[in-house]
Amino acid sequence: MVVVPTLIQLVLIWIPTVLSVLLSFVRWNGLAFSDIRPAGISNYAYIFQDYPGFWPAVQHNILWLLFLGVIATPLGLLLAVLLDQRIRGSRIYQSIFFAPVMLSLVLVGVIWQLFYSRDNGLLNFLLGTSGTANAIDWFGDPHINIWAALIAATWRHAGYVMILYLAGLKGVDPTLKEAAAIDGANAVQIFFRVVFPVMKPINIVIVVITIIESLRAFDIVYIINRGTNGLELLSALVIQNLVGEGQVIGVGSALAAILLVISLVPIIIYLSRTFKKED
Amino acid sequence: MTDTISPPELTPLLRPSAPRPQKAKPHYGTHVFLLVMSVVWLIPLVWALFTALRSKADTDKYGYFSFGGAFNFDNFITAWNQGGFANLLWNSVIITVPTVILTLFFASMMAFAVSRFTWKFNITLLIIFTAGNLLPPQVLAAPLFEMFKHFELPYWFSDSGTLLNTYIGVIAVDTAFQVGFCTFVLSNYMKALPQELSEAAVVDGASVWRQYVGIIMPLTKPALAALGTLEVIWIYNDFFWPLLFIQTGSRMPLTTGLNNLQGQFLANYNLMAAGAIITVIPTLVIYLLLQRQFVAGLTLGANKG
Repeated sequence: MVVVPTLIQLVLIWIPTVLSVLLSFVRWNGLAFSDIRPAGISNYAYIFQDYPGFWPAVQHNILWLLFLGVIATPLGLLLAVLLDQRIRGSRIYQSIFFAPVMLSLVLVGVIWQLFYSRDNGLLNFLLGTSGTANAIDWFGDPHINIWAALIAATWRHAGYVMILYLAGLKGVDPTLKEAAAIDGANAVQIFFRVVFPVMKPINIVIVVITIIESLRAFDIVYIINRGTNGLELLSALVIQNLVGEGQVIGVGSALAAILLVISLVPIIIYLSRTFKKED
Repeated sequence: MTDTISPPELTPLLRPSAPRPQKAKPHYGTHVFLLVMSVVWLIPLVWALFTALRSKADTDKYGYFSFGGAFNFDNFITAWNQGGFANLLWNSVIITVPTVILTLFFASMMAFAVSRFTWKFNITLLIIFTAGNLLPPQVLAAPLFEMFKHFELPYWFSDSGTLLNTYIGVIAVDTAFQVGFCTFVLSNYMKALPQELSEAAVVDGASVWRQYVGIIMPLTKPALAALGTLEVIWIYNDFFWPLLFIQTGSRMPLTTGLNNLQGQFLANYNLMAAGAIITVIPTLVIYLLLQRQFVAGLTLGANKG
């Protein structure tokens, strides 16, 4: 019972992860195993010093995290708090905000492409710039497209956070709120002093989800322009080095190893919190 | 039936919650805000549908932002035929169905073992499984690609002679990635089932398999239904693994195939919009039929912090 799933997990997840780190110290074109040459830390030296896409990608990943953390996640929380009150049409509102969560980020990219397009998109028509020289190519302009992509990603992320917080809010003991109200606290105070702290477990899950989503962001930038020209992300750089002509497995693996080390920080914090009690 | 013994996490979501004794106050400001946000939220979808229902000739003549011309489903038919949607959709089915079944099968066995028996490596195993699910997939892309490329198979089995460009490769990796999450969720669910059930079964002489098949699995049905719904959507939406492993365009599932269609329909936004709407439809059907299960699946994973 335990053996087969564990083998699958080891062979297809953990051994490749270790191999990724090992491959980051070699030079290889991906053809025959006999072509593998040791490379020391030269792949890393190249990435940190000379690789043009690396530092923009790091900045974009950080921006992605900040945008989701400061705008998308709080927006989802706000929607959840508003919808948790007994207001009319709450279910309909929930269904609307939740709908994008069902869609893949690829489809989110395609749908927003239709909205953002320079000549045919709705946004430029609404701004009155369509067909003029001022029309903005929202996904094409390298100074703007990361923000355009972040708004599209927020469209999905906020609904996800909303649904998790709605479940969290249902679990808050109503007598706590009543007691605070009797003590004269207003709605805002009740939320920040009582309800929000009580939801600590779910807050942690949402922080972890937000960090991991921003490290995993890939599909949406890949469908827009394969993660180039203003949309560089670490995950996209890994793939650019692995597919197509001139495969540089060593450089791609070094990028993957960097992504791995960054990802392990939230993963370890989350797991140690989750399993501490039981161990 | 499941009402008799049902762990606490699922119940508030799978059953309509009891009305809370609270006065309904008028929330005018809230309603205005929510209405505005709802409209903003719906605009991209409505715009895609609006574009899909009009012909390219009409939009060229009257402009995209206009109501001139006819509204019909011609683009959907053209996109369906030109894009080979029947084929792509079938590929999605071939990948999604086995992946979800295998994932739930392996995850439920694993969860049963670590939650119902005391063994000193239980926590270690759970950590390995859960952590694997949280990794960005790009971290393992290169080694998996090379492993599959050098894994030789007879040509009657795979026309690439390797695991590349096969459904089996995609199904295997998708399963490995999802088993971690499902094991975590199911083990929490199974832990909440009373231990006396197993004890009684042991007294009656039930084997380990008998306990798994006859006692624990039936009681885990609500969680399996929720996870199954969630996984169908997730695997259908998976873009990355088929992108990495499958080279032949006609063998790709729908979500990954969109990447090629975008190039093919580049000059025709109306067709692209129709293609996007067609791709939404399967998820929309599941959403409308099984929204509650889907939400329960999502929150099950997050509730146990």
